[in-house]
Amino acid sequence: MTNNSDSIGIVKTRYFTFAEGSERFNLTLGDKLGPVTVAYETYGRLNNNKTNAILIAHALSGDAHAAGYHEGDKKPGWWDAMIGPGKAFDTNKFYVICSNVLGGCKGTTGPISLNPETGEPYALTFPLITLRDMVRVQRRLLDSMGIKKLLSVAGGSMGGMQVLQWMVSYPNRVLSAIPIATALRHTAQQIAFNEVGRQSIMADPYWKSGYYYGGYIPAKGLAVARMIGHITYMSEKSMEEKFGRQRKGNISPFRFNADFEVENYLHYKGDKFVERFDANSYLYITKAMDLFDLTGGCKPIEDIFKKVEAKVLVIAFKSDWLYPIHQSKEIVKACKKAGLQTTFCEIYSEYGHDAFLLEIEEQSHLISHFLCKIARENDIELPTQ
Amino acid sequence: MTALQEHIVIARMIDNNTKVLDLGCGEGDLLTLLSREKGVKGQGVEIDEKAIYSCVEKGLNVFHDDLDNGLIDYSDNSFDYVIMNQTLQEVRSPQVVLREALRVGRKVIVGFPNFAYWKARFQLFFRGRAPVTSTLPHQWYDTPNLHFLSIADFRDYCREERINILQSAYLPDNIFTSFLPNLFALSAILMIDMNLSNNN
Repeated sequence: MTNNSDSIGIVKTRYFTFAEGSERFNLTLGDKLGPVTVAYETYGRLNNNKTNAILIAHALSGDAHAAGYHEGDKKPGWWDAMIGPGKAFDTNKFYVICSNVLGGCKGTTGPISLNPETGEPYALTFPLITLRDMVRVQRRLLDSMGIKKLLSVAGGSMGGMQVLQWMVSYPNRVLSAIPIATALRHTAQQIAFNEVGRQSIMADPYWKSGYYYGGYIPAKGLAVARMIGHITYMSEKSMEEKFGRQRKGNISPFRFNADFEVENYLHYKGDKFVERFDANSYLYITKAMDLFDLTGGCKPIEDIFKKVEAKVLVIAFKSDWLYPIHQSKEIVKACKKAGLQTTFCEIYSEYGHDAFLLEIEEQSHLISHFLCKIARENDIELPTQ
Repeated sequence: MTALQEHIVIARMIDNNTKVLDLGCGEGDLLTLLSREKGVKGQGVEIDEKAIYSCVEKGLNVFHDDLDNGLIDYSDNSFDYVIMNQTLQEVRSPQVVLREALRVGRKVIVGFPNFAYWKARFQLFFRGRAPVTSTLPHQWYDTPNLHFLSIADFRDYCREERINILQSAYLPDNIFTSFLPNLFALSAILMIDMNLSNNN
């Protein structure tokens, strides 16, 4: 709990359900799903014209709880440093929305949800989803709120992919876009890391082809997947600085315990993740990331953002080797070719991919000024205090 | 010679409501002036991260990039003007960047310090020292300038490359610089384009 004046304070996750009754939500790959529930949170106040809304898209392991505190929690939402009064996404000015992605396990319909037809969790009967489906679900949520146009859509990593997908899917509904540490498509290396994570889950005997709900969960498999993830989120230097070759204590190394600090850290992160994430969700979401490809395999780069009019702020981090700078430059190139007004900044950081969660000052500076410009240029009415 | 004086000279050369690419835009002072006074639609390119923050603060569009490879993504004549003020002498391959600038811009405005300024000549000839002047303020060991050129050098180059000099301005603006710019001007600002009409 906090009484900081720059915190939103106590927040609650809310839920919106659509595709109920006979209606079904048609997925990109041909399957149908319904009903679909979306977990979401909002911060700040929507103005009378509903024009000051900003959508925040979360990364692989994120959720709708982006900022503020849940009742009784000690830790705030995953991007609390960036969202709040006077912060990068200033809740005194803007209405900030964040929802859990389709296929997730934090309130939005996913493999852990009950299939109404069977009364059992979907597990692997859950259809394959895409980034486009995630964005279409977000659009339904905004429709229900009466928000026709977003002032901005922002996110890092997989959140950044959703930002790019928003630009392409709904070019008339975004005034600006902020893709951070992301890419137009996954490279072979990115797919490879995800596949190792998935194989680790599926190799766990408790995974049971996905039908593990109600019994033991594939905790080891999911923890290892997360450990691999964490290695890719850090840089060699940030790892070296944080852990070096430090040892935990006097444990004999010959028993293969986690005696190096870095091992201990990865175990801890893996175990923590298992408490809050569903293994099947991990499979579905990482697959959706791998399938994401705005170049459509062979689309000329100038056609990617053809109908887009949004102003774009692309941010990348120097030591990020999971989503390296050149992938952000490819986004910039597509923006240039489409004639979009674009700003690109490569922030110096040693945190690796994690930088988008940690380099607050630099990102805040860029984002707050960028958003104010968008609001100013479009005569957006900002709520008065 | 202040940057502001150069900026005012450049602003005079530019038509209202045009599209401008500023290569090496620094903290964006020139683009801010141009968008305020001339209503231009500006885009900056800058390599320094700190300067990028200043540009964004001013509401400018800017790319964090190296000029030596920054222009390939633009198609021909994407901009009405490409400005290279005090940057040409700092890039690795001025010739490549200049050709690219002439390709993506209908007109190019180049501003550079004059190495043949009389005080520079004096320092080199009589004192035997690399010149340090108000437009070449650095010592040999900390200068960002990779290339040194005079106004006459640039004019020769334009002739060889069939580049038109459309307008020229010399600073400080006085009677001496208008007669003998290569001797008296601290810096030159030239508007050029590709010679397409009579290149036989």
